[in-house]
Amino acid sequence: MMDEGSDPSVTIAQVVQRLKGTHLHSQLEKQAKECLHRPEIKLESLKDDVRRWLKASGWERKLQNAVYRELHILPPHGHPRAPPEHTKEPLAYMRKAQAGWEKRIMKSLNSMCTELGIPLSRKRPVPEQKELTKKWNEMGTDEPDLSKFRPVYAPKDFLEVLIGLRNPNNDRSEEVTVRSHWGLIQVSLNVCDVSQLRETYPELSFTYGQLGIDDHTHVPPVVSAQDSAAAQQYSRQGCPTGLRAQLWTLILNSYSDPEDLTHYEQLKARVIQHDLLVDNLIYKDVKLTASNDDYYFVFEDYLYQVLLCFSRDTSVLEHFNYDSATPPKSSIHSKSGSEQFSVVYPPNGVIPFHGFSMYVAPLCFLYNEPSKLYSVFKEMYIRYFFRLHSISSHPSGLVSLCLRFERLLQTHLPQLFYHLREIGAQPLRIAFKWIVRAFSGYLSTDQLLLLWDRILGYDSLEIVAVLAAAVFAFRAENLMEVTSLASAEAVLADLSTLKVMPLLQIFLFATAV
Amino acid sequence: MSVEPVSCTIKTPVALQIGDTVSDLSRPGVYITDITLAEPVNIQEISFKNYYTAYLTVRVQQREDGSVKWVTCLRNHCLMANPHAEAGSHDYFSIYRQQMSAKPDNVMTVRLILRQPSSEWLNFNIEEINIYPCVKEDTEWDVPAWLSTLTPVETSLDLNGLPDPETVSSSIQQMWALTEIMQASQNAASIGRFDVDGSYDVKLLSFT
Repeated sequence: MMDEGSDPSVTIAQVVQRLKGTHLHSQLEKQAKECLHRPEIKLESLKDDVRRWLKASGWERKLQNAVYRELHILPPHGHPRAPPEHTKEPLAYMRKAQAGWEKRIMKSLNSMCTELGIPLSRKRPVPEQKELTKKWNEMGTDEPDLSKFRPVYAPKDFLEVLIGLRNPNNDRSEEVTVRSHWGLIQVSLNVCDVSQLRETYPELSFTYGQLGIDDHTHVPPVVSAQDSAAAQQYSRQGCPTGLRAQLWTLILNSYSDPEDLTHYEQLKARVIQHDLLVDNLIYKDVKLTASNDDYYFVFEDYLYQVLLCFSRDTSVLEHFNYDSATPPKSSIHSKSGSEQFSVVYPPNGVIPFHGFSMYVAPLCFLYNEPSKLYSVFKEMYIRYFFRLHSISSHPSGLVSLCLRFERLLQTHLPQLFYHLREIGAQPLRIAFKWIVRAFSGYLSTDQLLLLWDRILGYDSLEIVAVLAAAVFAFRAENLMEVTSLASAEAVLADLSTLKVMPLLQIFLFATAV
Repeated sequence: MSVEPVSCTIKTPVALQIGDTVSDLSRPGVYITDITLAEPVNIQEISFKNYYTAYLTVRVQQREDGSVKWVTCLRNHCLMANPHAEAGSHDYFSIYRQQMSAKPDNVMTVRLILRQPSSEWLNFNIEEINIYPCVKEDTEWDVPAWLSTLTPVETSLDLNGLPDPETVSSSIQQMWALTEIMQASQNAASIGRFDVDGSYDVKLLSFT
């Protein structure tokens, strides 16, 4: 129902405000000025002629793509009387849980800092800056002593927090009753069933050709039309390997303009200037995860170049407007020592956890220029990945994904779920790590990229939860035979041979409803 | 548009239950809240914060030509699309005059009927209720008498080497126009600095 709150003019004003001052804005102005020399532009119909020319020369399409991108990251429309924290997360008990979790992380980081006697941040002395500039492209060859550092948290720690989430207005007894949910997540969020999923994901059905099953060699017209929205729709059936890089930059509207290149160089300069404790966490994470992975160890240097710059990027702070999380803060003194200023630490507000580098690793197969790799990763983070490590009621948020996975399993494979529950192998304990990483590092890369095509195509992470349930369905026979959590984990330890699209299709469209 | 809400008294919600409210084990699914207004109001908007109410019915008691009557303005307005799930449970809502089936004029009392059919929730309610009156468009603003008696000062000034006020004021006007243009074209792009005067020596994180 259209009420006074959802007036499109407010959205339009917000988008215009955001686009003003961008490189695109100045380019459009320049183009409009230059086209005045053209013979087809007449003084009497100046406005219409300029508009027509901008449309014909493809600039209108670029503007459309930019607006489309802004709509993706605009905070949801709130009621005028709703306070800002309500826009970030409407449920009070989830806000409280998120705040409690953040406090725990901050305490952990502070104690690491005090124990090791290393400041959270310091300015690098000039010789060290020169050294780092020389070694920029081969930071992986460095073997710093990281034994004292430990990851701030691992996904399983976060799982315990989610399991403990309770709505005070809900009556949840521990016994298995008619009303109880068998899984670990005890929160009543709205999650779709298979019949609703069939309506949301019709392009995945058997009647549509899927890339990853039925491969063609033609170049889609979407690429030449340079249309973000059309590319997003196209991606629902998968992207051809050779065109995936182009299509993803089109969908995310993250081109390597000179503006982006300058931005990346600025971030690199900031990495050289200041050394952050968080950098050591990144090094440790890369060494522990990506460097040990058969597919990704070759990209170690790229990962440092992207993640270190990511930590210094203050434009990432914008996503906190629509994320339930709040960036950690600290205070520093001014040069004179008289004033105290509040600053965000790290500058992008994101404290990396164990496995964080796996969000970047698969992208290294698509982009080999660090600045391009960086802008694609950043856009994917502020649209999707941030939802995988915060407590929120959003349909693509981690809590919803876990609940969706459990509900799908309980509804369609009740025997399996009950059996696993009885042997102490709650399915979410096994699937959680897949969901948090959006399957990065668990599936083979070509299959992972086909999954991520659909995340982009449907602009949602829901498909990750559906795939997790589909994997359990696929290995159901073996799982019914196991008698312990360890053996259940062994059955599901190796997913590298799985083919994502057939699994999803069978689960969504061949399950009896 | 900052209209002040009207003052009203909100009574405690009364549960509608079949059977003994004390000994009955099942929780009520319907609550009724009455809001009495200090004087008859033409309602423009009722805004509130939801707390797990699924459906809302609004009835108003109108005073018309000496008699009072009850009228239903809104029947079973859905606040939570799925009564068993969290979506909409904590949201802020506004019910506008245009959405109501009967014109809420000369309203003395507003009765809100809250329904929550799901057994998931222990309690349900609505909070922060505010009722906003219609803004009269033909209000005349009285100009104070002393404003109309002001006349410009015509006496000539003794400049003493200072520049002519006319030229100064015209150049100031130009500067003002420039600042207005600058302000109007302000963009959302940030510079991106995270340090303070080049220093970013962070010791420990602080908890607020």
